[in-house]
Amino acid sequence: MEKKTGSQILVESLLKEKVEVIFGLPGGQALPMFDAIHGSRLNFILTRHEQGASHMADGYARSTGKPGVCLVTSGPGATNIVTGLGTAYTDSVPLVAFTGQVATSVIGQDAFQEADTIGITRPVTKHNFLVKDVKYLANTIKEAFYIATTGRPGPVLVDIPIDVQRGVCEFVYPERVEIRSYKPNYNGHPGQIKKAVNVINKSEKPVFYIGTGVVISEAENEVLKISKKADIPVTNTLLAIGAYPHDTSLSLGMLGMHGTFCANRAIQSADVIIAVGARFDDRCTGKVCDFAKKAKIIHVDIDPTAISKVVDVDIPVVGDAKTVLKEMLTLIDKKERKDWIKTVDAWKTEHPLSYNRDDGKLHPQHVIEKISEFTKGEAIVTTEVGQHQMWSAQYYKAKYPRLFLSSGGLGTMGFGYPAGIGAKIGNPDKEVIVIAGDGSFQMNMQEMAISVLNGINVKVVILNNQYLGNVRQWQEMFYGKRYSHSCLARRKECPQLCNTPNRATCPVYIPDFVKWAQSYGVLGIRVTDKKDVEPALKKMLETKSSVVLDVWVEMEENIFPMVPAGASLDDVITRMSV
Amino acid sequence: MRHTVSVLVENKFGVLARISTLFAARGFNIDSLNVSETEDPAISRMTIVVKGDYSILEQVTKQLNKLVDVIKVNDFNDVEYVERGIALIKINIKKSTRNEVHQLIEIFRSRIIDVSQDSIIVEITGDGDKIRAFIKMVMPYGIKETCKTGIVALGRGQR
Repeated sequence: MEKKTGSQILVESLLKEKVEVIFGLPGGQALPMFDAIHGSRLNFILTRHEQGASHMADGYARSTGKPGVCLVTSGPGATNIVTGLGTAYTDSVPLVAFTGQVATSVIGQDAFQEADTIGITRPVTKHNFLVKDVKYLANTIKEAFYIATTGRPGPVLVDIPIDVQRGVCEFVYPERVEIRSYKPNYNGHPGQIKKAVNVINKSEKPVFYIGTGVVISEAENEVLKISKKADIPVTNTLLAIGAYPHDTSLSLGMLGMHGTFCANRAIQSADVIIAVGARFDDRCTGKVCDFAKKAKIIHVDIDPTAISKVVDVDIPVVGDAKTVLKEMLTLIDKKERKDWIKTVDAWKTEHPLSYNRDDGKLHPQHVIEKISEFTKGEAIVTTEVGQHQMWSAQYYKAKYPRLFLSSGGLGTMGFGYPAGIGAKIGNPDKEVIVIAGDGSFQMNMQEMAISVLNGINVKVVILNNQYLGNVRQWQEMFYGKRYSHSCLARRKECPQLCNTPNRATCPVYIPDFVKWAQSYGVLGIRVTDKKDVEPALKKMLETKSSVVLDVWVEMEENIFPMVPAGASLDDVITRMSV
Repeated sequence: MRHTVSVLVENKFGVLARISTLFAARGFNIDSLNVSETEDPAISRMTIVVKGDYSILEQVTKQLNKLVDVIKVNDFNDVEYVERGIALIKINIKKSTRNEVHQLIEIFRSRIIDVSQDSIIVEITGDGDKIRAFIKMVMPYGIKETCKTGIVALGRGQR
């Protein structure tokens, strides 16, 4: 049998796993692996920061459903991907990360660029491995991909010491994998499914609450069919945007802190909640003890720990969303629920999403509405984290699942731009637009080099309000308008307690994103007037390479509706009372 | 409320750290912990005593089950089981108290494993309650040091 080095085994194994692209950055303890990749059939994207690599792998995975792969060196290389792993972990994204490690003989001696990668990444990965002998490497890689992509997906890290990379052994890539202690359960318990269906059939005011699980298991058609068959309105989480067609009359939009009025009201009035692949995040539930008090709660989730973790569940069904919903579809009664739908529709018309469309000012929501209109909701939109993220969630009408990519659970600023690059690599035929805040964008904008050098056409729309806008909004609403360290234009000459921003008198904003883009050879366009939004977006979409739009939006715009942190979903603030 | 949870895990490097990380990260309190190899050297058994209400116990068992290296989790809630721990207790001893202490040792079916001029070491085996009761009884004579193992437990009969 043919003998190979650990590094060659890695390359061969990745090819066997049909990996199309790897994101990463080399370093001393990873050099044998990089040597093996050099000239191989693997497409390697050299990022400017390891964090960028982890988010690119994430964006690739979220947009394609395939596992994202990144490869970095030991020590700082490994610690730099921790945020990316944590982001993927909370949002159930399949990633496989490979890290170089110092030689097994010096582990524990505080060697150069040594870090306890396994210890550091344990809480932010689904599982991790330290490979101590090259003879275990192929099997470990197989297990890593298997664990990352099955059950509730998540990131898996494989730490490979440099002597293992160099070690030699016979290479056989296992055909299948069997882990006695890891057997995800896909089929829901038939008795529980029947119980759930009985409760739904008897209910008068049911609501679907769908999360990423629906996207991951591709259960969107099952949700659609059940909801239409039984007249059940559907609300989605941030990560399930696009999983239910927004133009269907039963769509309530997103629930929670910045969810629609009708979604939150429907949850609070429902007699049955059918939660599918959602985990009752506090941004969705508001004050837990007041959440859907009148409702029996059915929870379908592949992860048993998600059940009754936050909200007590009446009928749990542990299993894969699609498998379980298929069963439910055959059992559920066809039923019209006219009164309930009428009530819900009334909430919709009473309190639609709104902002001031008529004052001629450049509101950020307007930019997103235009993006949605021009792309027909068919583009992949990634976001950073903050106000622009919530406005994008509200106003970008993604037509299908996997078109709206955002760091939901961990709320990682700096995610959107690299994720957009990863998404574009996975979907070269789709338009990819990164909607960013001026704060978040600066956290990983070094990856612009990757776009340019590899000809990856990603559009960036910066909704520039000169603030860490979400922080500023909370400071305005809950901290007496004391804008403590949320202004990004602030210089040492500014008045200490300034809370009266004004583009005309504030210090010049840096960086000048237009000039910055130009320095990468990328078209940069500044928009400061509402009437210029459409032509700029058109120009951006016509351009066949990356473009940066720096849109100077209203600085003190707030996101509404809003349920303040810790308040009940009943307590929606629909607008600022000034 | 105390709950005893028995966990079969792969006998691999880092498994204990995985379990203790889980407890720390989720804010669960470990009362006692015992880890040892089973009759199959590839498998270890951990016996963990946790404090908390039933919802905590439910989360603990689910979270443990979710770990890739965990093979099986039994909680002994609602089932017949036996549990034992060992404690070594060094007790101050005087001529005047020697007889009383000896009587207690006999009542608790424990035994003396070391004797010196002014102290003895007693070995006591039993469930958590018995050990706590014994410690309470000998406390007035003055305890110099104690050392307790974690509880080990098995379900009774056919389980």
